[in-house]
Amino acid sequence: MSGARDAILGGIRRSLGRGALDAARVATLEARLDGHPRGQLPARAQGLDRAGLLDLLERQAKAVACSVARVRSAAEVPGELARYLKSQNLPSRVEMSPDPTLDAVPWSAAPMLEIARGKPSGEEGVGVTSACAAVAETATLVIASGERSPATMNFLPDTHVVVLPASRVVGPLEDAWDRLRAASAAPMAAATMPRTVNLVTGPSRTGDIEQKIEMGAHGPRRLHLIVVEDDALA
Amino acid sequence: MQATSNAFRANARVGLANPTLQSALGKMKVGFPTKRAEAVAKLPEFDALRDQARDIKNHVLENIDWYLERFEQRVTEAGGHVHWARTPEEAREIVLGICRRLGARTVTKGKSMIAEEIGLNAHLEKHAIEPVETDLGEYIIQLRNEAPSHIIAPAVHLTKDAIEADFRRAHSHLDARRDLTEPQSLVAEARGILRKRYFEADVGITGANFLVAETGSSVIVTNEGNGDLTQLLPKAHVVLASLEKIVPTLEDASTILRVLARSATGQEMSVYTTFSTGPKRAADLDGPGEYHVVLLDNGRSALLGTEFQEILRCIRCGACMNHCPVYGAVGGHAYGWVYPGPMGAVLTPSLIGVENARPLPNASTFCGKCESVCPMRIPLPKMMRHYRAREWERKLGTRVSRLALGAWAWAARRPALYRFVAARAMSALGWLGRRHGSFFNLPLASGWTATREFPAPQGRTFQDLWRERRRAGGGS
Amino acid sequence: MSETQTRARPRVGLFATCLVDLFRPSVGFAAAKLIEDSGCDVEVPEGQTCCGQPAFNSGDNADAAALARRAIAMLEGYDYVVVPSGSCGGMIREHYPELLAGDREWAPRARHVAARTWELTAFLHEVRGLRIEGVRHDGVVTYHDSCSGLRELGVKAQPRALLAGVAGATLKELPGAETCCGFGGTFCVKYPEVSDKMVAEKAADILATGAGTLLAGDMGCLMNMAGKLKRMAMEEGARPIEVRHVAEVLAGMAQDAPPIGEAG
Repeated sequence: MSGARDAILGGIRRSLGRGALDAARVATLEARLDGHPRGQLPARAQGLDRAGLLDLLERQAKAVACSVARVRSAAEVPGELARYLKSQNLPSRVEMSPDPTLDAVPWSAAPMLEIARGKPSGEEGVGVTSACAAVAETATLVIASGERSPATMNFLPDTHVVVLPASRVVGPLEDAWDRLRAASAAPMAAATMPRTVNLVTGPSRTGDIEQKIEMGAHGPRRLHLIVVEDDALA
Repeated sequence: MQATSNAFRANARVGLANPTLQSALGKMKVGFPTKRAEAVAKLPEFDALRDQARDIKNHVLENIDWYLERFEQRVTEAGGHVHWARTPEEAREIVLGICRRLGARTVTKGKSMIAEEIGLNAHLEKHAIEPVETDLGEYIIQLRNEAPSHIIAPAVHLTKDAIEADFRRAHSHLDARRDLTEPQSLVAEARGILRKRYFEADVGITGANFLVAETGSSVIVTNEGNGDLTQLLPKAHVVLASLEKIVPTLEDASTILRVLARSATGQEMSVYTTFSTGPKRAADLDGPGEYHVVLLDNGRSALLGTEFQEILRCIRCGACMNHCPVYGAVGGHAYGWVYPGPMGAVLTPSLIGVENARPLPNASTFCGKCESVCPMRIPLPKMMRHYRAREWERKLGTRVSRLALGAWAWAARRPALYRFVAARAMSALGWLGRRHGSFFNLPLASGWTATREFPAPQGRTFQDLWRERRRAGGGS
Repeated sequence: MSETQTRARPRVGLFATCLVDLFRPSVGFAAAKLIEDSGCDVEVPEGQTCCGQPAFNSGDNADAAALARRAIAMLEGYDYVVVPSGSCGGMIREHYPELLAGDREWAPRARHVAARTWELTAFLHEVRGLRIEGVRHDGVVTYHDSCSGLRELGVKAQPRALLAGVAGATLKELPGAETCCGFGGTFCVKYPEVSDKMVAEKAADILATGAGTLLAGDMGCLMNMAGKLKRMAMEEGARPIEVRHVAEVLAGMAQDAPPIGEAG
């Protein structure tokens, strides 16, 4: 296989009329990777305070058919989940990822909720997760896989509910990357990048039939975001 | 995939005569451009982002060897494997090797144009491995044993009725009396059938919209979530990507993502944008046990440093074909290979040789709409013209057209002769056409007059008349 | 202010284009009148033939370059070069410098001419600020934006601004005004069925506006659309539509010649 590798790299260099890059050039490229400069950020996602971010998030979410509920504290989350399930005529049985953020929610406050914590079973019911961040710019949820966060929970259930502390709402997508970088022990190298980072913007859909949008192609057909406004649930 | 691009004109005629296709194209021609225009109107920074996206890709192409090596290093650090393939054959063998080693019997696939380019499905089937397309559009054309006709909407050439007929035919185990009038019922049916296949698959194969050198990640962009179920559930995730998919950092990917979905479907972000890095970590609750990236060259490295380098900036959004009046008249299959429309008219001859795709650079009016909507500012008409120049140099055009154009240019360099011949010819034509004002039939222009009148000239040339009136005193 | 602009009446070289020269001299006369009305002296350089675009677009760079040099030599002495065509204007302005970029002698001469070359309506409106007055054309007109003019030279608002001065004319915008009509030079000869499909859709859009007159700034497009509209009138009973170059209406010379494709 090194034959093909060398041939391809050699072919690239021949086409570009040079050999392998010299140390000075490499240093520039390394510096660019380290500095990971941002491009132009949309003005609408910048300079917003908490209230502005949440408003933008709600507006954008509505545009992509993601419903949003704001609650003041973790104590209100179980009630909101129960209310949402009832409003959608869904049974009150949910699967929930073992995310530590969700540990801090007093689920027993809504005893009618039957909660199974762990990986999704594959049944197309309701799945509850948290998220590392929500990007208000586009109402995009950033969900990283991990030992307490199965990525399949974002796809196998028919309904996906995300519980998110308001402090994790950011303006542009780039702020979410910085959060991920900060959360990992070392610089964002492959070893510390989560296996899967899902950027989820609304429920699953397809336009493959005469360009009419139909929901629930393979992933969840409903996406509900519960934003917890106090910072106790950070 | 075998190319029939040299038969473009015949293929185009078939497309023009196909009522299902024409109906579908009619909807596409309004739908996609409207949605893109709305999305662009909502983002004031859009044009500036196009410039930045172009600059990022230009930077990468100048340093692509180094970025690919860095990507490989990161993938390896994360426990994944990078395989290098010069040709479609090498790429197919690599994928087959992985599947065999894992004893794979079925393989799920997210949408991948590279898989089409290397003819992967047929190869797997030949070796008793069943590939299951999971993207709804790809699933539909797999049922029909057809090639995709568009790079992001593979079944755009079909109407809902055609798809319903295919589902009834292929899903014969389901109740024949079931109601499939609503498109949602078709989607639900496909979802149900494919859900099982996801769990059965031994290997999941996806393409990649981007490869991120900084982190060793591959990125896929879908609306359905099929690419995610494809990669998370099986034993191995195999990524097929051509070399030029590489970008330096997560931020660079973010910049280009801002123009990708808007240009493709008018969405601000596709529903699922997934960054995959290596196999599952030891303590992860799910994820593939192996992660492989197959880097395909197949002619791309040879385009660097040439007048065609800029086609390597293409991010496969499909905007060019959505807006192209030629694609909108004949559909994607007319182009005869994996990549249709304006980007296909440049990439196809680039990858399979202009002698195997002679008509494609010619099947354009150079209206320039493609370039005007390309998020990466690729000068598509200019590159098509470069291929026309290559064809001219290699005498690949028809003798008649070369003679006619050569004669015109020859005469045009001899103004006295030109003026003499022109005056006689226009006088004769003008006289012949004086009663009707146009010609119903004109030999040498039969293609035109088959369906259009050919306007008669006024009979004198402007230069002759101007000269006369000047002599008679006064300008106009 | 360059020295050319301080002179009272600029010298304009009118490059008629081969289609105007051979098929419809009325357009040349209308263009000359408009340029004179805008305060310039018009000359039609002798021995004009072709700007070389057919050769250029066919990949015959050698012939295209030869024709370009001829044209440059003929045009480089004028203050402005004005062309009643977006595609030929685009050839001179955008592609001559590109074509001759590697030629030490001709590259600067190409750039010199390119910088002074204007499509007709852009010249009249942007450079000369011409106001159309005392001209009448009754009825609804619609306008097709030729691709090269639109995308290479930015011709969009200028013809409309000028048309606004024509008394009695109501402009009804053509849906898909910016969509290619299917002419494309050699394209309509090489792929006539595809070209026909494109012009058929264009014709349907034109008829649907209810306009009595179709205008544009390029003879290739106009002959293509006029030919289709007339055939549709003959064979399908479609409403007849008068097709003219916009210069004819702006110059008030529409009555001097029958519309494109019609007999006298």
